[in-house]
Amino acid sequence: MANVATSDIKWWGGGRSPFNVEYGKLMMWYFLMSDAFTFGAFLISYGTIRFSQNYWPDPNHVFNAFPFAGHANLPLAFVSLMTFILIISSVTMVLAVHAGHHMDRKGVIKWMIWTIIGGIAFLGCQAWEWTHLITGHHPVLVNGVVEEIGTTVTRNPWGPEVPGMIHDGMQVSKPGPVAFGGYFFGITGFHGFHVFSGVVINIIMLIMTLNGTFDRRGHYQMIEKAGLYWHFVDLVWVFVFLCFYLI
Amino acid sequence: MQHSSNTHSPEVTFHHEPAGDQVKKIIRTTVILSVITIIELALGFVIYYMHKNPDHSHSLVLFIKGVIVILSLLKAFYIVGVFMHLGDEVRNLIMTIVVPLLLFIWFIAAFLWDGNSWRNMRNTDAGHRPYPEKQVVAPKDAKKPGSVE
Repeated sequence: MANVATSDIKWWGGGRSPFNVEYGKLMMWYFLMSDAFTFGAFLISYGTIRFSQNYWPDPNHVFNAFPFAGHANLPLAFVSLMTFILIISSVTMVLAVHAGHHMDRKGVIKWMIWTIIGGIAFLGCQAWEWTHLITGHHPVLVNGVVEEIGTTVTRNPWGPEVPGMIHDGMQVSKPGPVAFGGYFFGITGFHGFHVFSGVVINIIMLIMTLNGTFDRRGHYQMIEKAGLYWHFVDLVWVFVFLCFYLI
Repeated sequence: MQHSSNTHSPEVTFHHEPAGDQVKKIIRTTVILSVITIIELALGFVIYYMHKNPDHSHSLVLFIKGVIVILSLLKAFYIVGVFMHLGDEVRNLIMTIVVPLLLFIWFIAAFLWDGNSWRNMRNTDAGHRPYPEKQVVAPKDAKKPGSVE
């Protein structure tokens, strides 16, 4: 039956599943589609607010730090590392799914461990970046007084520069649009929450594989479903990376 | 039965491992995704250095940003099509996922348009003008059209 070309099969003739997938996997697809609209709505809302402002902080100016690099100006460097971590963990996940197709338990275990490590590494990077943004104070001219503030959901030090004004050797800025911090922490936080839940799901899948649950079941469909979720997390990051760091 | 047709139900004939060397396909896709990301980063640096020049061309920056958006959509296509194996599913399933996503075309266009209009209102006196309540439309002694004397 597997040799029959897909186009020759009467999918809607009755007696077979017209989408040729198991219920859980189909529902995972529909869940991911709805989740795409959730993330889409967040990012479009961010775009709307950004379009409505005359000034918006330059991401290359805001995100230019790297761990252990001190005050070196390294725009895009750290977020590139995060992007590559997520791409590679997506690749190890697809290799785990591939091993599952071949009922290769050891392969699934190996690739799931690498995927989990990638997810945890990404979360660590995000934790560092958030800490750096919140605790990194910059001089801002508020009501004629220079204040040192970090980036939070209520304060934004990344406004336009005040020409010729230097405070402790740092260029003084006006306050930037408050919405910047809210959108950045809200959307990357919601994405980070997805990464976190993905890591938890992957750990559960790893434990089930180690217990031999899927071998007893006769298939590794659950690895495929977890894989779909994990790839979706990577997919969302492509757009978060695009909207917050690149453009 | 193939090794990958792992099913107990006669209705569902799983064949999600399509013919061909899958590992080769995965490696090729990884290379494509990495190369696209590197191109995006390079374009990001181009924008960074253009911004250093106060009188840079805004339309050129906008064009580069447009190219980055298209490259991101290409990445999304490869992730969904190859890594998520959507390209190997039954056509009807692909359509039930992809067609609803077309709503994004309106979604993005309408809201960015709205944001832009909002900025225009911010920069003009629209929204702050007093409402013309006592506007005199016509002098008192003017004849109403169609009135009979």
